[in-house]
Amino acid sequence: MFEWFSAIDIAWMAWTVPVAIFFGLIAVALAVLTVLAVVRPEKPRRGLLRIETTRGDRFFISLLGSAFICIIWIAISVGLGISDIQLWGAMGLGLLYGIAVFRYV
Amino acid sequence: MTGEARELKPYNNRAWFMVLPVFLIVAFSAVLPLMTVVNYSVQDTFGNNTFFWNGIGWFKELLDPNSELGGRFIDALGRNFLFSFLILAIEIPLGIAVALSMPRQGVAVSISLVLLALPLLIPWNVVGTIWQVFGRSDIGLLGWTLTGLGIDYNYVSGVLAAWITIILMDVWHWTSLVVLLCYAGLRAIPDAFYQAARIDGASRWAIFRAIQLPKISRVLVIAVLLRFMDSFMIYTEPFVVTGGGPGNATTFISIDLVKIALGQFDLGKAAALSIVYNLIILTVCWVFYTVMTHVENAERRVQL
Repeated sequence: MFEWFSAIDIAWMAWTVPVAIFFGLIAVALAVLTVLAVVRPEKPRRGLLRIETTRGDRFFISLLGSAFICIIWIAISVGLGISDIQLWGAMGLGLLYGIAVFRYV
Repeated sequence: MTGEARELKPYNNRAWFMVLPVFLIVAFSAVLPLMTVVNYSVQDTFGNNTFFWNGIGWFKELLDPNSELGGRFIDALGRNFLFSFLILAIEIPLGIAVALSMPRQGVAVSISLVLLALPLLIPWNVVGTIWQVFGRSDIGLLGWTLTGLGIDYNYVSGVLAAWITIILMDVWHWTSLVVLLCYAGLRAIPDAFYQAARIDGASRWAIFRAIQLPKISRVLVIAVLLRFMDSFMIYTEPFVVTGGGPGNATTFISIDLVKIALGQFDLGKAAALSIVYNLIILTVCWVFYTVMTHVENAERRVQL
């Protein structure tokens, strides 16, 4: 029954484990948000930015901001002449930023 | 608790499950390809579809102004911002001025609206072709006239001429959009405001500053954001007119991106570049969306 499915060869897409983990985590987060939206409907609230945000909005702002944190982290590291750039620091900053967004925005 | 907070009801989100079939199509046509771009941005290939892990190597190169890729990116990004700034600086004041001087009643309204909408209906590559021919000194009226007047105008070899041509082209194509938005905003002002101003003996400038500008400020924000996003993503028109030249003088990010991705087939570099480019546009889109919904909510509150 599932023969045709196993016959699909996606090796040409060259997927990598880190990218799979990255999108997997986002997919899990979206699934959690979906379940939460049904189990615990929410009211949009106004925070620091004076705009109404829902959990989904705050998640989007966190992701987008974290991407910029990583880019700025790399740019500064390159500017300082560091050759072996590690992103763990940027990840920590992004996490802190995300927590701040969920609490105050 | 204020009255404002009480009127916010919790959303019932169950209906969203109805869009799941559409989500499958979007996943195939948009989400998976986007994920592929992220996947390519961390890998390198020497052809034959064999990929090697490269980590954040492409991003390091992209964000290093001293590297070849980084230099190209920073230059193109600067040109993109300069272009968007210049067309906004022309189109917004010009659009307001035209909207203010448009007729307010009669057949003239319909005629001017149709005339203004015409450039908006012309596809990008056709606008590019029109101006490509229009600016030629041998068979184009603009180029022929300027050359006849003794002005050194050649958009193929002159950087300034090329920039003036693409900016004029964008102004020609898109000022109407600003005009139509502003006109809609102006039409929404009740006559009572103007009568009060007349009784007070307000000057034309005072009416504009105190009545018209505040009333169209919201549509102006929308116009600025729309035009910024559109001009920031510009590709077709400069590609048709100048091809990114002379040299790299009008090579915007989108043009460079196509060169890297399809010309050189550097998938990793192009993927990293397009992710950063996409993030900038996504941020502006988010601001745009937030402003739009904010305006809607504010209007709803006024009506309640």
